[in-house]
Amino acid sequence: MIASLKNKETYRHYFQTLKFSLYCITHPLDGFWDLTHEKRGSIAAANTILLLTLLARILKLQYTSFIFNKVYWPKVNIFLYLASILFPLALWCVGNWGLTTLFDGKGRLSQVYMATCYGLTPYPLIQFPLIIFSNMVTVDEAEFYSVLSVLSLVWAAMLIMAAMSQIHEYKMSKTLLFTVATGFAMLVMIFILLLFFSMISQGVAYFISLGKELLFRM
Amino acid sequence: MKKTLKRMAALALSVVTLAGSSMIVQAETGYTYGYDWWGDVQYSPDAYKTVAVYTDVELGLDKKLNAPQGLFVTGKSIYLCDTGNNRIIELERKDQDTISLVRIIDHIEGNVANKEFSSPTDIAVSEEGFLYIADKNNNRIVKLDHEGNYMMEFTKPVDATFDQSLSFLPSKIAIDTAGRVYCVATNANKGLIKYENDGTFSGFVGATPVTYNWTDYVWKKLATQEQRAQMESFVPTEYDNIYMDYEGFIYACTTNVTEEDLDSGAANPIRRLNMMGNDILVRNGDWYIIGDLYWGSGGGYEGPSLFTDITAMENDIFFGLDKTRGRLFAYDDQGRMLYCFGGNGNMDGYFKQPSALEHMGHDLLVLDSLDNSITLFTPTEYGNRIYDAIEQFQTGEYEKSGESWQSVMDMNGNYDLAYIGIGRSLLRQEKYREAMDYFRLKLDDDNYSKAFKQYRKEWVEEHIVIIFAGVFLILCVPLAIGKIKEIKREIDHADIFQDEQ
Repeated sequence: MIASLKNKETYRHYFQTLKFSLYCITHPLDGFWDLTHEKRGSIAAANTILLLTLLARILKLQYTSFIFNKVYWPKVNIFLYLASILFPLALWCVGNWGLTTLFDGKGRLSQVYMATCYGLTPYPLIQFPLIIFSNMVTVDEAEFYSVLSVLSLVWAAMLIMAAMSQIHEYKMSKTLLFTVATGFAMLVMIFILLLFFSMISQGVAYFISLGKELLFRM
Repeated sequence: MKKTLKRMAALALSVVTLAGSSMIVQAETGYTYGYDWWGDVQYSPDAYKTVAVYTDVELGLDKKLNAPQGLFVTGKSIYLCDTGNNRIIELERKDQDTISLVRIIDHIEGNVANKEFSSPTDIAVSEEGFLYIADKNNNRIVKLDHEGNYMMEFTKPVDATFDQSLSFLPSKIAIDTAGRVYCVATNANKGLIKYENDGTFSGFVGATPVTYNWTDYVWKKLATQEQRAQMESFVPTEYDNIYMDYEGFIYACTTNVTEEDLDSGAANPIRRLNMMGNDILVRNGDWYIIGDLYWGSGGGYEGPSLFTDITAMENDIFFGLDKTRGRLFAYDDQGRMLYCFGGNGNMDGYFKQPSALEHMGHDLLVLDSLDNSITLFTPTEYGNRIYDAIEQFQTGEYEKSGESWQSVMDMNGNYDLAYIGIGRSLLRQEKYREAMDYFRLKLDDDNYSKAFKQYRKEWVEEHIVIIFAGVFLILCVPLAIGKIKEIKREIDHADIFQDEQ
């Protein structure tokens, strides 16, 4: 693993797979087919795109003009903020993989993750320039900003749909069905997690209060 | 030894945490506050202070006031409707803190059948000195000359638009400069009743558009005749009180509002009506003009602010009197809340059941119909600085206005309007860069955009050469490099060199 870091070929492959994301966003069907079937994507590149997405989101919070993004700083928790992307992403990947694997889906979990991250590419690609752009416009020109901002999300959503259809070798109708089904799967998982966490926290709180009681009486 | 120390430390720590948490529970409260852009309550120095509270004793009356409803101020004179005692009291403000009795009008002189008042609820005085009195239970508005002699009366409109089965109960009146009478009558929900100066009814003004929601509408369509009759009908809201401002526009307020409508901004409890009866109140504030934003119960008082009276000053600042929590809300000409103060209680500056509000210059008078008193407020240093800043801006003294806002900010650094005021003053002085900073701090995007637009224009004009150079470089350098590469490739692959290899 570490030895491969010294290998020039590793970096060449990495940049090639990263560059392939640009091909994917313009040729989604073809691109996402090759992503897994021709092994033209890599997890490393997917991680990079995800990191860039998170970075875009953080920088957006700080540097977007206040016209478009008013931040109530006392209530901002950067970890929760990042989790607001990472958590749904994790749920999506697990939910999607769990469902499709039961219904002839060809993609593996790592492939679902990789394809989804590749699908996120338009977000950093558009949001980074938008941060700069937002500081150059007034409220009268706010429409340009919001249109571009919505575009980045719609584009990403459509890419993820296309990616799912390609890696699972599904038809469009089946993809749509499983996108909705994954949504439900995510809700179910959230429900179970909430249940789990509330029980755990009550259990923990019990032992903490027990400990406190002991400390007071010692 | 170490153990006991530790134990003591733990005990001390727990005491500190307990004390700390109780301190948090006792949140900061104040008499005067405002809201920032986020809707957070920002306490401020007091903008008004109580001069005195006047009851029958201070005013030198023969008997206690009884549920007074109406108040009118013109110049230094104060007219008071002592509703329960069926009389009108004229007072005069002698100096800063003295109000003394001028006369008591308990009957009408002259040629009229009914010389007594019956529950007079409001009074208005025209510029010529005529007194107009809403004589509620006598179903009339009487016009008297200044000595109290009967002149004429305005009675129930004989018109198809007025439901003749209802009795005419005028409760609040306003007079314009031409002597026309505008009247709020109990039961009449078609707007303000308007009379010409000769006493003829000339129609309703300013009826509110009827609002209803779609689910109710569909239910009504499906319901039978009997069911429909039992349902609440969609009717326009009645006004509670009106005030004729110095420009001849009528400020009107209503308490017939639902919480949902207030929340969604559909209800406008305060309106400014023009001659056509259209609402022309400017609402550029961050929040709707609905008084308190938070309606949680506190001290047994719940629900939204209900404006029972309103008054507007010559600088277009208007005050609403909230009967729910006994508070006074001040808004500027843009509809932004300046501050709010008051409350329910027995102390000076608090009310039991405020019923009427008037202003005398910058001073405010509030009539309390349960406490049977008048409370006189005068602006503090802080309040005066705010007025100075606003008035200087209105008269075009932008630089001075900026300085005044700066002095306001010195007293209250949490006051959004001070920042925006300084920004607007800088904007007028064409100091766009500085103005932008002030607007950004208080998230005023409209004004920020105005300043930024000018700043951007200036910046582009100054840096036009660099911009063109940059564009030229970005466009032409890659082109040139591409061209050079192409030539190089052509040379490399040229046939003459190929042959030699």
